[in-house]
Amino acid sequence: MKKYSVFTLARHALDRRKSWSRAWRDPSPKTSYDVVIVGGGGHGLATAYYLASEHGINNIAVVEKGWIGGGNTGRNTTIVRSNYLWDEAAHLYEKSLVLWESLSQELNFNVMFSQRGVMNLGHNLQDMRDIYRRSNANMLNGIDSEILTPQQISEIVPIMNTSPYARYPVLGASFQRRGGIARHDAVAWGFARAADKLGVDVIQNCEVTGIRRNNGKVEGVETTRGFIGARKVGVVAAGHSSVIAEMAGIRMPIESHPLQALVSEPIKPILHTVVMSNAVHGYISQSDKGELVIGAGVDSYLGYGQRGSFSTIEGNIAAIVELFPIFSRVRMLRHWGGIVDVCPDACPIISKTSVDGLYFNCGWGTGGFKATPGSGWVFAHTIARDEPHHLNAAFGIDRFVSGALINEHGAAGVAH
Amino acid sequence: MLLIRCPWCGLREQAEFSCGGEAHIVRPLKPDELTDEQWADYLFMRDNTKGWQTEQWVHSGGCRRWFNAQRDTVTYKFGISYKHTDPKPEDGD
Repeated sequence: MKKYSVFTLARHALDRRKSWSRAWRDPSPKTSYDVVIVGGGGHGLATAYYLASEHGINNIAVVEKGWIGGGNTGRNTTIVRSNYLWDEAAHLYEKSLVLWESLSQELNFNVMFSQRGVMNLGHNLQDMRDIYRRSNANMLNGIDSEILTPQQISEIVPIMNTSPYARYPVLGASFQRRGGIARHDAVAWGFARAADKLGVDVIQNCEVTGIRRNNGKVEGVETTRGFIGARKVGVVAAGHSSVIAEMAGIRMPIESHPLQALVSEPIKPILHTVVMSNAVHGYISQSDKGELVIGAGVDSYLGYGQRGSFSTIEGNIAAIVELFPIFSRVRMLRHWGGIVDVCPDACPIISKTSVDGLYFNCGWGTGGFKATPGSGWVFAHTIARDEPHHLNAAFGIDRFVSGALINEHGAAGVAH
Repeated sequence: MLLIRCPWCGLREQAEFSCGGEAHIVRPLKPDELTDEQWADYLFMRDNTKGWQTEQWVHSGGCRRWFNAQRDTVTYKFGISYKHTDPKPEDGD
């Protein structure tokens, strides 16, 4: 496979781009692998990549029931930040943010990571107290954070309605300048290409239908393309984690909900940072193509349908238009939903299980995209060494028995 | 928008309702005797069914009463609604 550079770009321009080779192979499954990763989203592909690059395990298959990046990786609002309240979560997401900062070079694929800042608004006194608390916690953990006044917010985002007479007046915000957005498709493609280069088989259109076990140890996965043997199986199936867990007789503390997002038609650059508001529950950024990318909250009911309620979008848009009156006549182009796997404490499960050789990485809920490289990095460590890295030691499934939950719901975990 | 049948008020718009999650989770009768694993199962573990399941709903913008309903979690189609004291019915069509 060719390395991408300005020179290869120029060379391929000369033959009218006819000699580009495909970015990754399309292999048929072998009879067995050292590790099978179930789920070809960003997290699964990142896990395979770091297993190969960091732990020297190359005999890996990533099996995906659809096409890679066609699930939540291609459906999120691409926000990256690490301003979480609790130490365990903050360290995990910060590891991920540090990996993001050099990811394009690492993968030799431009993931268009843009550190344009992430702003979390406060609309009442309690919001501001929470923001100060979280911002101080971030700084103690070495994570950059600033508190902005309404005046400073207006200087960064002049189009926001910061009038004290707004329905939900903006009293201030926390601002993480190292946060930003990335191109979500490129993250899946970049990890797939880099993993493929290291010998990983990325197998699409291959749905797992069962997990074969013997004496409490995993033996492989039954798929729509036949049985694939594996010494270890890592499940990274997001909204379908409970379905896969049930195949192995494991109960999960997860509920799958529809989460919706929408984009506008492309407009000229007008919003240069990411704005989030937990209280009115909307978040918005502008992609490099010019589309406004808007995210809503989850629907309260459980759903596997990859679509949600109109009333949720209606409330979301009302909040966005209240904050940005100038957007009231922008036309929306597309609107979709993804299935997010929500944990009771809004933190992920990255864990060994009661089945020997079976590992789960799930429960990222509404905010998994930002964690893509970090999630893969710690999950690869967990699979390769058969024990968690210290960064994900607190995220075991046993925390629901011990009671040591990491409650990010009230702090940073509401909106993503 | 979904139309949901309240056992008392009949068909109403979804915006009048809130979902209360999986139904028929029985509260432990002897909480003092439960192990940590049993507590975890009661408090946190969920079937998270893909397909027909029974769930609790409350008609919060109407009569404000709780009831149970069957719903397909893939198509979002509702089956029958029934009072929460009634036994769990068979799966819907």
